[in-house]
Amino acid sequence: MTAGTQPLTFVRREAVPAAAPPALVAGPLAWLRRNLFSSPANAVMTLAALAVVALVLPPLLRFLVIDAVWTGDNRDACRPEVLGRPVGACWAFVANKINYFVYGSYPIEARWRPNVFFALMAVGVGWMLWLDAPKRAWGALYFFVVFPIVSYGLLAGVPALGLPAVPTSLWGGMLVTLIVSLVGIVAALPLGILLALGRRSRLPIVRLFCVIFIEFWRGVPLITVLFMANVMLPLFLPGDVTVDRLVRPLVGIALFSAAYMAETVRGGLQAIPRGQTEGAMSLGLSPWHRMRLIILPQALRIVIPGIVNSFIALFKDTSLVSIVGIFDFIRTIESARVDPAWAAPTVVMTGYAFAALFYFVFCFGMSRYARFMERRLAAGQTR
Amino acid sequence: MPTQLPADSRSGPPRVAPLYDPRFRGAAYQILLLLAVGAVAWIAIGNAAENLRNARVASGFGFLGNTAGFDVNQTVIPFAAATSTYGTAFLVGLTNTLMVAAIGIVLATVLGFTVGVARLSPNWIVRTLATVYVEVLRNIPLLLQLLFWYVAVLASLPGARDSYALGTSVFLNQRGLFLPKPLLAADAWALPVALVVGIVGTLVFRAHAKREQARTGRRLPVPAVGLALILGLPLLAYGVLALIGVAPVALDFPVKGTFNLRGGMQLYPEFVALVVGLTVYTAAFIAEVVRAGIQAVNKGQTEAARALGLQPGPTMRLVVIPQAMRVIVPPLTSQYLNLTKNSSLAVAIGYPDLVQVFMGTVLNQTGQAVEVVGITMAVYLTISLVTAFVMNLYNRRVALIER
Amino acid sequence: MKRIVAALAFGLGATLLAGAAQAQGTLNSIKQKGYISCGSNPGLAGFGVPDAQGRWTGLDVDFCRALSAAIFNDVTKVRFIPLSAKDRFTALQSGEVDILSRNTTWSMSRDTALGLDFPAVNFYDGQGFMVKKKLGVTSAKQLDGASVCTQQGTTTELNLADYFRANKMKYEVVAFASADETFKAYDAGRCDAFTTDASGLYAERLRASAPDDNIVLPEIISKEPLAPAVRQGDAQWADIVRWTHYAMLNAEEAGITQGNVDQMAKSSDNPDVKRILGTEGKYGADLGLTNDWAYRIIKLVGNYGEVFERNVGQGSPLKIQRGLNALWSKGGLQYGPPIR
Repeated sequence: MTAGTQPLTFVRREAVPAAAPPALVAGPLAWLRRNLFSSPANAVMTLAALAVVALVLPPLLRFLVIDAVWTGDNRDACRPEVLGRPVGACWAFVANKINYFVYGSYPIEARWRPNVFFALMAVGVGWMLWLDAPKRAWGALYFFVVFPIVSYGLLAGVPALGLPAVPTSLWGGMLVTLIVSLVGIVAALPLGILLALGRRSRLPIVRLFCVIFIEFWRGVPLITVLFMANVMLPLFLPGDVTVDRLVRPLVGIALFSAAYMAETVRGGLQAIPRGQTEGAMSLGLSPWHRMRLIILPQALRIVIPGIVNSFIALFKDTSLVSIVGIFDFIRTIESARVDPAWAAPTVVMTGYAFAALFYFVFCFGMSRYARFMERRLAAGQTR
Repeated sequence: MPTQLPADSRSGPPRVAPLYDPRFRGAAYQILLLLAVGAVAWIAIGNAAENLRNARVASGFGFLGNTAGFDVNQTVIPFAAATSTYGTAFLVGLTNTLMVAAIGIVLATVLGFTVGVARLSPNWIVRTLATVYVEVLRNIPLLLQLLFWYVAVLASLPGARDSYALGTSVFLNQRGLFLPKPLLAADAWALPVALVVGIVGTLVFRAHAKREQARTGRRLPVPAVGLALILGLPLLAYGVLALIGVAPVALDFPVKGTFNLRGGMQLYPEFVALVVGLTVYTAAFIAEVVRAGIQAVNKGQTEAARALGLQPGPTMRLVVIPQAMRVIVPPLTSQYLNLTKNSSLAVAIGYPDLVQVFMGTVLNQTGQAVEVVGITMAVYLTISLVTAFVMNLYNRRVALIER
Repeated sequence: MKRIVAALAFGLGATLLAGAAQAQGTLNSIKQKGYISCGSNPGLAGFGVPDAQGRWTGLDVDFCRALSAAIFNDVTKVRFIPLSAKDRFTALQSGEVDILSRNTTWSMSRDTALGLDFPAVNFYDGQGFMVKKKLGVTSAKQLDGASVCTQQGTTTELNLADYFRANKMKYEVVAFASADETFKAYDAGRCDAFTTDASGLYAERLRASAPDDNIVLPEIISKEPLAPAVRQGDAQWADIVRWTHYAMLNAEEAGITQGNVDQMAKSSDNPDVKRILGTEGKYGADLGLTNDWAYRIIKLVGNYGEVFERNVGQGSPLKIQRGLNALWSKGGLQYGPPIR
């Protein structure tokens, strides 16, 4: 070092020429590099993922759209040897059977009744899920009391009012799938709230009873519950009473989902700070009023996403009723796909693709709603 | 509600009419509940007894000792129509259920963790792909997925006579996947023994390495040594046996028979469809559990690990995942339970699990609904409760011990 | 809180349960509710199958219609309740259906341990096998090593095990919960052979993706007397079921058909015919019905031969021969005890 002789200061007198702008901090290329090729390992993963996409997407598109058959009246429309080209999804089959998929064997002249039911249901669900809807208390009354009674009369028929009776053995398709899920939620929510309250009760016997009830239903598979409802429910009733075939799995589903609902609601109850109860006590509210006016409204608000998620699970689980012989949506697909008039190689896959689409649209839509609610509720918490 | 208090009771606790005494009310509610539940149970049991009497159906558990008379195609334990009892049929169903559940759990865990980590990947394509996987599979009913794997995939496979062949020993056709089956010779006991010794040795070495690292900070090559022990010892044993002229393992190759391939090891399509369906479906849920667990770990932990100079891989493995496990394990267990319970959907595709064999065939041949349904539900309930119990123990062990 | 649950449960229950007084006998309860609940096959061509509009056809279904005709003089007073093989006995035991007319085999254990009665055999059947033609199999004895699709919870499943055991052949059983799934699996190639009652084989073959590629093997490996079933302990109802079948047999034997029944009732001098059609004696009243009960059956549904040919015989796509089901006088097993 040349210390001492030269001053250690250095002052630059001319401007440094501007460096070239970094090529890769903005723009699509930079994005690619940052996100996809930041390291060799990352690049390998990107390529592997691209390979998966390339493997799955084109055949899927070919099947669902490009090679698909959209119109036709029978199996000839979808047989490759007739068309002389590879055949993808046979949407003509779905178009041909769509009424069967929606209504099952519900009498054709009475199909306006399920249509009205769908409309009533849409009103009820919209009223419940749209948080800023007017008069939501009336909405709850409508959804949990008026709507079930009206729908029952509408679908089963009230001969006295000029609506001929339609036995439940003719109901089918999406109609039954929706009925089963709705009964699940309409019966399960009140029962679940009661069970959740019971499980948090100070009274030991009440608590024990609720715990046993909840854990029993949560511990067994739904399919065994349905079997039990099917073969054992009639045994437990007096010999001269019979239960409709559709009602039996409904009872099973209602009890089963009530147990899950109870746990969801309990989560909401636990999230309410103790101060709320204490505050209510200091205002002199009775236990009943505390619960009804202070705790439950807050807890139920918190658990809306949880309830929607339970409903998604329930909605998917309703497909199991097809195993115990109820003509739900899956069952109509299963029975339509063996129709000799539509015997073509891709009919099976088309039926499943259609069913998958139906369930996906409903469940995905609901899960989006649940997430939206979660965010909205969280927004209120973080000031 | 104004209660009239006598003038002389000011000193003691206020006396209230029993109707408004919370303790009295509580007791009354509970007695009412007991009475109601008891009455319902009493009526139900009475009805059931009367209905069964009227229906003249046999009752009791004696049927478990009767000869079954039907066959089951895939069993873990030996079963024959002529000699086995309904009790054995029950065990066949149970072991099949447990086997599917065990295999499904292992595979779903591997797939689920992979997808879960991929969902948090910085790589956009990987992340999107994982998200699409989770969203699609979670939102389609398992039953539909099983039917898809069983019916649709089965239909696209070739018949038994023109199977896909991989070499000369692995075949795939509508009857399943055929693999060579290892047959152990009488002297082959040395192989499993060597394997066990290898595993035990690895565990011992790992414990030693831990101590050593704690004492000196030096890290011993645990994976390499473990691999050498676990793979090397059986290989060595095999070599020794081969040298002294004993062929310890013979392979039984599948060969073409009249209708189907004979010999070898056959994985039935029902089994494959069930395992694949359960795995793929449950993995989507496990992925969400894993993602939530990882996100629950404070970001400061990652930053601190990186500040210490750990690479992203070790950061994940050594810092984030161990902490995330605390959050992951409880929901993960409930996913395992779900998988076990969902394996009962086997009934839809003809795999002989507990529900299919016992609640299906046995129930039908004997007509003893109450006993059969009761036993089946009790089995699932026991599995659930035992798992929940073990989970609680684990939770107590890993719970954060706060100052 | 719990009381509310209980009240809710009871309230809900009361609205959903249908009370039907059985204590006083099945016939009275049927008359009271105004229809017969008939457990039928969810879909077996020729025996019980609904079309897309929910109209039922088939031999077993027509049997229920015959009962309805005898009781109500109207064939529409029947509610068909489709039952899988798994559900059928519990449905009958629990009182959900009044009669199970659903190609059900009469066996001793079902008669005794299950608490059922099988009043009359309306179709003599036997278990057979169907295979794909291209396998080149011509006899069930060549099925050694085959995989066989069958429906669980049936006598078929048990006979299958017996047959292969007795012939010292190996096989692989693939059992499904419903007839539908079983046949679909066979059709898709999961199994080499499909086994069920021979009548069922012919019926299912119609649904195959290529019916002519399948053949039914000649062996019949079991006795399958298919009979309507009722609950034990109601002798009157069992009698009505029994004699409904016998009336149809006797009508065929006496040459009474749907077409000539009116004329026969008016002009026949044959005492047998007169007794059957209720113009002589009061046999119907003794049964708890009207004296023209058998007349109604034949007028509205037809005699056994007509019902057979219409649903499973030459007038149907199944084209099953009468065989064992011919009248005793023509070498078959169908023998109607005299109405007198």
